[in-house]
Amino acid sequence: MIDKEEVRRIAKLSMLELKDEDVDKFCSQFNEILDYMKEIDELDLDKHEAVFHVIELQNVFREDKVKESIDNGRALENAPDAADGAFRVPKVIER
Amino acid sequence: MLYKKTLHELLGLIEKGEIKAKDVYESVLNRIKEKDGKINAYVSVFEEFEKYDEGLLKGLPIAIKDNIHIEGKKTTCSSKILSNFIAIFDATVIKHLKKAGATFIGKTNLDEFAMGSSTETSYFGTTKNPWDTTRIPGGSSGGSAAAVASGEAIAALGSDTGGSIRQPASLCGVVGFKPTYGRVSRFGLVAFASSLDQIGPITRDVRDAAILMNLICGHDENDSTSANVDVPDFTEFLDKSVKGMKIGFYDKTLEDCDEDVQKAMDETVKILKNLGCEIESVDLPNAKYAVSDYYIIAPAEASSNLARYDGVKYGFRAEEYEDLKDMYIKTRSEGFGDEVKRRIMLGTYVLSSGYYDAYYLKAQKLRGLIKQDFDRAFEKFDCIISPTTPTEAFGIGEKVNNPLQMYLSDIFTIPANLTAIPAVSIPNGLSKNGLPLGLQIMANAFREDLIFKLASAFEKEFNLWDRLPLD
Repeated sequence: MIDKEEVRRIAKLSMLELKDEDVDKFCSQFNEILDYMKEIDELDLDKHEAVFHVIELQNVFREDKVKESIDNGRALENAPDAADGAFRVPKVIER
Repeated sequence: MLYKKTLHELLGLIEKGEIKAKDVYESVLNRIKEKDGKINAYVSVFEEFEKYDEGLLKGLPIAIKDNIHIEGKKTTCSSKILSNFIAIFDATVIKHLKKAGATFIGKTNLDEFAMGSSTETSYFGTTKNPWDTTRIPGGSSGGSAAAVASGEAIAALGSDTGGSIRQPASLCGVVGFKPTYGRVSRFGLVAFASSLDQIGPITRDVRDAAILMNLICGHDENDSTSANVDVPDFTEFLDKSVKGMKIGFYDKTLEDCDEDVQKAMDETVKILKNLGCEIESVDLPNAKYAVSDYYIIAPAEASSNLARYDGVKYGFRAEEYEDLKDMYIKTRSEGFGDEVKRRIMLGTYVLSSGYYDAYYLKAQKLRGLIKQDFDRAFEKFDCIISPTTPTEAFGIGEKVNNPLQMYLSDIFTIPANLTAIPAVSIPNGLSKNGLPLGLQIMANAFREDLIFKLASAFEKEFNLWDRLPLD
């Protein structure tokens, strides 16, 4: 069972802030969903390997050649705040 | 009334010189103006007819799900957090379509970041099912499916992570094709769950699906998971005899489906037998765990992919905050809707210390078992059939507050994403409420040819073209 404290902890890890009513709602929904997922415990999976990609992936190599890329101006086009060719964010380092 | 026609019919008319692509564009645009107030299939509509290149599509307009980049146009993913985002490059599929002479009519609505099965989680409002506007069109490519079914588009692209092309295609009475993972480049598709996402076409018939598949498939060095395999001409597999084809019928969970769905499957089996197919029940013992498996793996990948939305490089940024960390948190909390938050948090939870082994690792082991089930089945069968969805389209608001109920509507479609195999949904019946139902046909990886062969033969016996809500 996940309690409200746990929901708040997960929210914090996810960089999200929840209103009290959302904590209540998510708490009951998570428990319902995770409870359903418990059906997997019926299976004995210990002797099986985890499969992270069902289609075998191959390492992809290419020549180390300089190619055209997105220039600085374009990269900043969608920035909520930009100045002097850089993304601008609140000050991180205190004097 | 050009908007009523299929892509291949229109291509024929252009070839004969009877119409011009711009006539089609205007016909569809007028239809959108007339209908979209009711359907809400589009997030943005392009009023200018822009021609990019000469090619097979001869300027015909395609609608694009709004999580695929078209340079210079907005890509919102139907989320507040990307509501102001303008794409600075073309997705590979868009490059292919432009080169093939396509034009674009608009960007279609979706569940926020493609997370949902009803298009109710869109920041831009719910899309309505054109067959009955009190019902959902399915999701997350609900906008693309509703547009094609209502005449607001001739054909569209969608994306499918757990059934997001096939489920809305089924509920809207059109054809939705999810290719083998790696067949179509994901470069320029906004990532949700990278090991499951795949772009594919939504069309009115199987031939149109084959035409678009011919254009969008192929190796792409910009996508490291792109498969370097030959792309056949998929239209060559249409109109062939299916006599002797071996079909596995996944009927194990059929008793949990609506009676209408069961009846439609009975009729489907009869039709396929009449066509000479050999049909047997197939057991996929671990497929019943697919929903649980998916809702561990997909949110885990989503929580990682959506970490990039922090209000720094693009998208919405909260107005009030105290410091950098607070800016991230406020931006994300104000920018994401409930379903996205739910999945990010579920993903964070199953990946977090102490729970990783209990959920994520187990889920990846189970994924291997489900794949083994299908591998075994495909030693015996050419294709596997099942319903696409367990019910007809449900009412707007009916399941939106019950995530688990919503997740269960993808029970038949999810296994194909977990195992990377191709699958189509084509209409196979109408419920007693007069709503479309869908047949799902799956085949082994890179055997789209078998799906096209069977789908094309079945479609000749049953289709909904003349009943689509195009009037």
